[in-house]
This record gives sequence, C-alpha cells and structure tokens, in this order.
Amino acid sequence: MNYNWNWHIFLEPNPMGTGTYLDLLLTGLVVTVKVSVLAWIIALVSGSVIGVLRTLPSRTASWIGFCWVEFFRNMPLLVQLFLWFFVLPELLPRSAGLWLKQLPNAPFWTAAIGVGLFMSARVAVQLQAGITSLPRGQKQASTALGLTTVQTYRYVLLPMAFRIILPPLTSEFLNTIKNSAVAITIGLIELTGEARSMQEFSFQVFEAFTAATVLYLLLNFVVVTAMRFLERYVAIPGYITGK
Amino acid sequence: MLGNFDFDVIRRALPYLFLEGMRFTLTLTALAAFGGLVFGTLIALMRLSSYKVLGRIAGFYVDFIRSLPLVLVIFWFYFLVPYIGQWVTGASRPITVGAFASSLITFIAFEAAYFSEIMRAGIQSISKGQPAAASALGLTYAQSMRYVVLPQAFRNMLPVLLTQTIVLFQDTSLVYVLSIPDFLGAASKVAQRDGRLVEMYLFAALVYFVISCVASFGVRRLQSRIAIVR
Repeated sequence: MNYNWNWHIFLEPNPMGTGTYLDLLLTGLVVTVKVSVLAWIIALVSGSVIGVLRTLPSRTASWIGFCWVEFFRNMPLLVQLFLWFFVLPELLPRSAGLWLKQLPNAPFWTAAIGVGLFMSARVAVQLQAGITSLPRGQKQASTALGLTTVQTYRYVLLPMAFRIILPPLTSEFLNTIKNSAVAITIGLIELTGEARSMQEFSFQVFEAFTAATVLYLLLNFVVVTAMRFLERYVAIPGYITGK
Repeated sequence: MLGNFDFDVIRRALPYLFLEGMRFTLTLTALAAFGGLVFGTLIALMRLSSYKVLGRIAGFYVDFIRSLPLVLVIFWFYFLVPYIGQWVTGASRPITVGAFASSLITFIAFEAAYFSEIMRAGIQSISKGQPAAASALGLTYAQSMRYVVLPQAFRNMLPVLLTQTIVLFQDTSLVYVLSIPDFLGAASKVAQRDGRLVEMYLFAALVYFVISCVASFGVRRLQSRIAIVR
C-alpha cells in the first residue's frame, strides 16, 4: 500500500484554530453524545406512550399507535430528517417557518427530534411486546383488586414490562447513537462529520476514520457496561428477569 | 404553504427518478441482500463451528461491524476499496472503483453481519436430533448442512430475513453521502436544480413509505401463512 501513514497527525494543530486534530474529534464525540442522549429521551418518552396505547382495549388508541409506528418505521431516517429540516419550515405559516429556519443550531435540534421520533416507533414495538408477554393473570388480578387502568399500568404492568425489555432497549440505544451519524446529511458536525472534515483538511483518511471507529467502539462499550449494571440493579430476585 | 405545490415538477422528473434512481436502489438492495445472505450464512456457520478460532474471528467481525454507524462504514469502504483492489490485483496505484461497485461491496460487508445473526438464530432453532440423524445416515457435515439444516433454518427465518431486507432497502438511501444518484439522490438532484425541495422530498418520502408498507404487509401475510408449520 503506497499510503503515507502519519499517526502523529492527531497532535498537530487543526486549521480551525481550536487545538489539535484530536480536540476536533473529541468535540465531535461530545456532539454525538448530546444528540444521542436527547434523541433517546424523546424516543423513550414518546415510544412508551405509543407502546401503551397499542395495548389498550380501546380501538381508537391502538389505531393511533398503529399509525404512529407505521409512519415512522416505513421511511428511511435520512428522508425523515430531510422532511423535518427542509420541508416542514415551508409548510408552516410564513412567520413560523422563518422562525424555524433562523433557529440557532437548527441541525442539532432537528437531528435530536428526527432521530428520537424515528427510534420511538422501535421503542413502542418493544414495549408492546414486553407488555403482551406478561401473563394475562397480572392484568386480571389488578382489575380484581380494584385498580384503575392507569394504576394497573403504573404499578403492575409497566415496571415488569420495562425490566423484560431492558436488553433490547440497550441495543436500541446503541442504534440511536449509530443513527445520529445520519445527521451529517443536514449539516450536523458530529463524530463522523469531524472525522470527515479531518480527512479533508489533512488527507489522512485512514487515521481519521480509525480514530472515529475507536471512539464509537469505546462509546458502545461504556453504554453496554452501564446497561449491564442497570439490569443487575433493577432485577427482582426469583422473577423472570431476576437471578 | 401547499398553495403553490407544483405537481408538474414531479411528473417531469418521473422517468429520471424511476428509470435511473429507483433502478439503482432496487438493484443495490437485491444484490446486497443476496450477497449478505450468502456471506452471512458462511459467518454464521463459522460462529457455530467446532473450531474455536473460526468462531472467535466471526464473532469479532460481527460485533465490530454492528457497533459502527452505516455512514462511517460507507466512508471507510469508499476510501479503502481502491487500496484493497490494488492489493488484490497487484496494480502499482490504487485502482478506481465505480460508485455502484463501491456501495455494493460496502452493503454486502455490512449486511453480512446482520444476516449472520439471523441465520445463526435460524440454525440454532433446528433441534439437535436433525444433524444427529443426518450424520447417522452417513451424510458429511457439508451434506447435512446443505440438505437438512440450512433449508429449514432459511425457511424458519424467511420473515425476519425479508424484514431485514426492507430495512436494507431504506438504508441504501444513505449512499446519498457519496452523491450517488440512487432514488433519494436523484430526487434531491432534481429538487436542487429546480428549487423544488418540498415537492421532491415529499414525493420521495411517499414512494419509500408505500413500498415499505406494501412489503411489510406482504411479510406479515407470509408469516401468518407459514407459522402453522410446527
């Protein structure tokens, strides 16, 4: 391979004047973490609501849940980001659209909301599966005890369902981190974006991408380890998910 | 607002969108799904083989690929493939690889990791008695895989494999980052040329939505039809 390796490139100053190339990549890592965490909160909250709606006996509720999931699941994430970023401001009334376009840091917020809603459909499906996997007796027993529907979900079904779906939720969180890289297309300079700009400034393609790869692997490792701890912490002894 | 929505822009772009863009997207999806399935099955067999080293290598590859964003993998291969080509062909300079070949290699390598996990689950879903009976009948490992285990594993996993293919169909839109005219890339080119982002992106979203909806409906039908087998 006639490629000039130069691993010292990370310690050389970057052309933005913000320190070394390593600092550039670390800035990208911080953006990736921020977008992913924000998107994950949105996905978890809205996904839980929709997941619960899908399991309610009401026809309307499960229909709303069904439409939400199908809408966000059947379009590529990239197309959804384009819709929020380019199309939505044009469809709103003039003043609102103008305000949206001039919002500082628009790619960041669009990415967080877009990725969050995209992932909410997946969270909803997981939660629905978790709730329906519980034995029917649980719901019947809480009705017999005189709990209302809200109380049944709050105290009986959801605490168990969330424990069951913790492992798939971990991989959905990892997917959220990975999907945040798609936001490079609407101009968000996160980790992949910083690696790309480092490649354009320094011509050291493989060093830049290797560094980004290592940082993504580290991020994954941290999340997986943290979720293992959480799983062990919330496990109920003697129950399905306990030891 | 939607008042000045221009349907004519879409109508005029239709031949380009579908004959160029959608053909690229569908060809890439089909070939990547096929290649991903073949290599994914091989990786799954490696992971389940009794040679620990093979299993270790396959497991490492799958975990590695699955923890990286597809966008980063696309960039990696875009720059790496010319050098790999140089190494394979023994040329003196990095060879030039077309956009299609580059993205096809990327998607096969990427999807193989995901398909291998599905095939591994499929192979493990076959009861132990089957390969045992096959070897009692005197079939070799290759024969028992070819005639006994893999056909059943493939059949059991068909709905999941097809769902993954729908995901792949949506993911191919990411070749946009290399400015390749797939369906979305073509739509975006027209959108920027004519200054008609709203029409083109809404239309592209609608087309992806309808295709994915119809396909996943078909998968659900198939699932309920073959679920009775056991």
